[in-house]
Amino acid sequence: MTELAIKDDVVPGNVLFAATENDAGLEALEAEAIFIMREVAAEFERPALLFSGGKDSIVLLRLAEKAFWPAKFPFPVMHVDTGHNFPEVIAFRDKRIAELGARLIVGSVQSAIDTGEITEERGPRASRNRLQTPVLLASIALHELDAAMGGARRDEEKARAKERVFSFRDEFGQWDPRNQRPELWSLYNGMHVRGEHMRVFPISNWTELDVWRYIEREQLEVPSIYFTHEREVFERDGMFMAVSPYIRMLPTEQPFRAAVRYRTVGDMTCTAALRSHAADIDSVISEVAVARITERGASRADDQFSEAAMEDRKREGYF
Amino acid sequence: MDLLRFVTAGSVDDGKSTLIGRLLYDSKQVFEDTMASLQRASTAQGLEAVNLALLTDGLRAEREQGITIDVAYRYFATPRRKFIIADSPGHVQYTRNMVTGASTAQLALILVDARKGVVEQTRRHSALTALLGIRHLVLCVNKMDLANWSEERYLAIAADFRQVADQLGVERVTVVPVAAVTGDNIVDKGPNMPWYEGPTLLEFLETVEVPDSARHAALRFPVQYVVRPHTTAFHDYRGYAGTLAAGRAEVGDEVTVLPLGVRSRIAAIDRYEEPLRCAESGDAVSIRLTDDLDVGRGYMIVDAAHPAPVATRFTADLCWMNESVQLRPRQQFWIKQTSRRVRCLVEHLDDRLDVTSFERQDSPESFALNDIGRVTIRSMEPVFVDPYATSRDTGSFILIDPATRHTVAAGMVREVVTEALTGTAVAAPDGGDSWNI
Repeated sequence: MTELAIKDDVVPGNVLFAATENDAGLEALEAEAIFIMREVAAEFERPALLFSGGKDSIVLLRLAEKAFWPAKFPFPVMHVDTGHNFPEVIAFRDKRIAELGARLIVGSVQSAIDTGEITEERGPRASRNRLQTPVLLASIALHELDAAMGGARRDEEKARAKERVFSFRDEFGQWDPRNQRPELWSLYNGMHVRGEHMRVFPISNWTELDVWRYIEREQLEVPSIYFTHEREVFERDGMFMAVSPYIRMLPTEQPFRAAVRYRTVGDMTCTAALRSHAADIDSVISEVAVARITERGASRADDQFSEAAMEDRKREGYF
Repeated sequence: MDLLRFVTAGSVDDGKSTLIGRLLYDSKQVFEDTMASLQRASTAQGLEAVNLALLTDGLRAEREQGITIDVAYRYFATPRRKFIIADSPGHVQYTRNMVTGASTAQLALILVDARKGVVEQTRRHSALTALLGIRHLVLCVNKMDLANWSEERYLAIAADFRQVADQLGVERVTVVPVAAVTGDNIVDKGPNMPWYEGPTLLEFLETVEVPDSARHAALRFPVQYVVRPHTTAFHDYRGYAGTLAAGRAEVGDEVTVLPLGVRSRIAAIDRYEEPLRCAESGDAVSIRLTDDLDVGRGYMIVDAAHPAPVATRFTADLCWMNESVQLRPRQQFWIKQTSRRVRCLVEHLDDRLDVTSFERQDSPESFALNDIGRVTIRSMEPVFVDPYATSRDTGSFILIDPATRHTVAAGMVREVVTEALTGTAVAAPDGGDSWNI
């Protein structure tokens, strides 16, 4: 352990590359992700692709389209809807699913609350983030899924940096970081006993910048909230939260209008906006490339609870 | 811009985490909120300085114990290259995790403390990476600041290490003297070692050429999935989806389908909507053949002139990874090799390798967790294997416990002992000869 001498001339952040150059690195990542999806389709009986409407799962959908062309991809799309989603994102989801002719399964946090299966958190900081986990697990059980593919990336968060591509879940849906299966070469072991399942992360090795460059290369449409727009927000814990019926402002918090965009897309109660004038993919890439804050640090209140917030949620079965 | 995957081996004591932290920090990859969170975590541990090990040790247990337990993957890029680091634990009890990290790496970065030089652990890390087929080792002689920046010390350690590499048959060795604390020779040269004329670590990583030997080998195309759309537009489409494990494929090439032993030709190579003329190792494509054959997952399309051996018995180097049960002869498993999964039997434990002395003990009775040695395996159905030394993707396999379904061993094929007869090789049907492009 050592003290790191902080140099004045160091500006942390990604490095910007010319977007036009031939990108062998991105090609390799695409091929790896397609390989993983084909393994899932071949090794599991009832896989599904988790789709949130966010950029990472948009990339997953594109990869699935490519992996099985000219056939449709052989699994349904599943969305865990907290009921507090951005309306733009739900509209985008429905449009994209219709274009692909895919089957959509929705796990609803709202109906689980209505039927009393889960209980809504209370107070001004109430969030449905944690409530997604029991609904996700219940949907997996209801549809008897043996694999759920998601768009998590290892560069997002330190617990995710340790997670396997084929991430084994026991019969309670739990992740045990101390007891992960060895995962060597590209030999993924999908075998499991009935009741257990696998979470699979085909874009584990992608970075935020890779995702945006792929969106640019493939000319993929993303929800409008990824680009600059004017919105009524208020400041909480140094982050800009959208004013919405789902989140109660404290007396000290004042709403104001600002030009913002979202760097990640999650529940309205735990996803923060950032000031930005980036109006297209090019300017988003430039912005991400010189960013000084990680995407989850900049926009996810759910990770700020403790040092191991993500690890703890994943142990419970979180995505 | 290409992609370099490398594995780092060393323990916290060698300053590995500091070195990676320095590499990420000086190449501008550590974000402000990450630094702030490191600061918070370090303060909480009662430390005065930022503990850079916390940057890589992400699990609660790792932070509590101050050790690296599992492989962590780190990503960074410079204008010249993208990098994926498999940051692996150094302790002997986590050997299987290091093997995991090394399995996908093209290059290994090994650390030693300049005051201690080449120690038992260095020999073990070198042996494991060499066993996993990594042909280029980089030794970072760290903590040069605590060795008076001594050129003599550096030269002595470099000579020791070259001897180890020679014993292991590793030809490409680079030794860089560094001080992760001050950053000397990590990204920038620094003022303290004017006698060192080689590249800094980052300069080296950015420019080192890692030849892809699979590219020049014979075609190996394991079929992963059969694409049959059953739509009006693609009514008769039958594509074999997979990733080229070795070699290249070109439309018109004559191929053999294993285990059928039947010859055919490549009619088309599809990558999404784009028809390709040829594809190379690593490309994920769909191949269509000129003949209507019954081909499924686990079959392999290979170069007709250089087919893969169809083996039912072979020897392999095996790393046993199961902590609860030891490996004994005659145990049965599933073997997964490329897209093929068949039952197999470990017939005999030929020897066990001492990874620090490099000596082999003949016919051991069992393998415990982390033991490595040579075994003879018999598969109930044939597998299409190449020696690992010539083809990483078709020479590697895992063993799966049939009861728990967990991965219990990783193996690398040495030599085929018994070959099976394939279906009688028949000439391609008429289409084969008259077909032209």
